[in-house]
Amino acid sequence: MDSTDLAIIGAGPAGLAAAATVAGTGASVVLLDEQPLPGGQIYRGVEMVQMLRPKTFGFFGPEFAAGADLAKALRGSAVDYRPGSVVWDVSPDLVLHYSRDGRSRGLAARHVLIASGALERPVPIPGWTLPGVMTVGALQILLKADALVPRVPAVLAGAGPLLLLLAVQYLRAGAPPTAIVETVPKDAYRRSARHLPQALRGWRSLLKGRGWMRELARAGVPWYRGCTGLRVEGGDRAEALAFDHDGGRRRIAADVIALHQGVVPNTQLTRLVGCAHDWDSGQRCFRPRLDAWQASTVEGIWVAGDGGGIAGAKAAEWQGRLAGLAIAGRLGRLDERDRDRQAAPLRTALARELAVRPLLDALYHPSPEVLCPADDVIVCRCEEVTAGRVREAVRLGCPGPNQAKSFLRCGMGPCQGRLCGLTVTEIIARERGLDPAEIGSYRIRPPLKPLPLAELAALDDEAEAPV
Amino acid sequence: MFRRTSDAIRPAGISIHFEGRPIVAQAGDSLAAALLIEDVGAFRSTPVSGAPRAPYCMMGVCFECLVEVDGVPNQQACMVQVRDGMQVRRQRGPAGMDGNG
Ligand code: FES
Repeated sequence: MDSTDLAIIGAGPAGLAAAATVAGTGASVVLLDEQPLPGGQIYRGVEMVQMLRPKTFGFFGPEFAAGADLAKALRGSAVDYRPGSVVWDVSPDLVLHYSRDGRSRGLAARHVLIASGALERPVPIPGWTLPGVMTVGALQILLKADALVPRVPAVLAGAGPLLLLLAVQYLRAGAPPTAIVETVPKDAYRRSARHLPQALRGWRSLLKGRGWMRELARAGVPWYRGCTGLRVEGGDRAEALAFDHDGGRRRIAADVIALHQGVVPNTQLTRLVGCAHDWDSGQRCFRPRLDAWQASTVEGIWVAGDGGGIAGAKAAEWQGRLAGLAIAGRLGRLDERDRDRQAAPLRTALARELAVRPLLDALYHPSPEVLCPADDVIVCRCEEVTAGRVREAVRLGCPGPNQAKSFLRCGMGPCQGRLCGLTVTEIIARERGLDPAEIGSYRIRPPLKPLPLAELAALDDEAEAPV
Repeated sequence: MFRRTSDAIRPAGISIHFEGRPIVAQAGDSLAAALLIEDVGAFRSTPVSGAPRAPYCMMGVCFECLVEVDGVPNQQACMVQVRDGMQVRRQRGPAGMDGNG
């Protein structure tokens, strides 16, 4: 079997930074990524945008351009970069299996860095399964990778910085949204104010946010605040978003409706290998337990970037470098003094990035109707299981997500619970009057992505063949 | 429902078929993007109720974009790039696509 000092999963900011750091010490690094080009979701297609679409590259600003530097560093490095690779198993003894060009392959690593980033938090509201309803992240990917904007102005609904960022990017791309429907409760601004002094240490991000708000206000984008009761209306596709605002019901027509309630760590891989996870009550999600060097509780498994807790692209880069230094140290490529010396400025930069999180978490706390949706709302999109049926199962004695899965088939479809896991945990916790930490999450088993049987069979042949 | 931005310049046109209808795409497009720009509506119908679905996440997570490509079912349109001559069909109902329980 193929082998390497370090296998990295994910070519976003964390993975790219770690790859450069470790490869720079002479160790062998294999970088596996699902996409055809480096950058992850945040810097999706950054090389193409820079080369072919200077106008878009310009208005995406310096935050996006940072991705171009990371991609360039990869191209000039000794890193063995394998785009188009879908990792479907990682074992605790650090053997990876991944699918590439329709074939599955194995890779033995001395260390594994999981840099698989974030997912959009599921936004289960009535009508969210209709064609035309997409996440803010999905619409950003269409803009970055495929240069697409909505033909008819879109409605952007929910809460969080990414929602405002997409609105600004659409504005600059000449496709201003028809409205922003914000679900942040009106008193959230006052309630989160106590985090402001600490957040000021990350003043750059705060100023950026204020700049976006001004730009949207200047352009006259209608902005409804404190909205509740969101419902997507339509027959075979989305036609409008209805919501309560200022004591009245409103309805805005659109065929593209963006939903956003923040992002959460993608923990499929860390749960699969058996890393310990903790419930983050501020961000309402599970995150792997990590030490100050980004090491998980499983020997040889490291985590950097949003997959270890949401902190954004810059923090991901610093964490990737920190993990890289620690791994290089463990490989005997860097002595402790050098490691610590190089880590010091990274820790300062990381602390600055993390300073604004408590404010953002408090301000953009996911709305209650999304955390615990009404009975008639579908929570498991694959198997079309409603919140009401999950509650009924709990009343019948179903104690947790894994039992709900066998009762109801929720989480059994091809997405393997990625889009219902957190919601099912929240609903069961609420019904049983327990903390989500005590309820836990779906157990994850390989393959992480459904594989054609032929591919698995071919792998067995390979394993039996003499090496 | 979508259009290209004004500075979208891509290499040569590629032709694919969706449900037998010819569609022109650009090299480097994801299949999902090429279909969204043509406003094809549903990409698949669900195994349980036959409800129409289309891309939701665009990053390989939700599996709402499943289509049949050149006779092979269960292809994630958001993860596949367009190739000249591709024959694409909606995925209808069950196609033996389970998670791993
Ligand atoms: S759109 Fe979600 S997997 Fe393709």
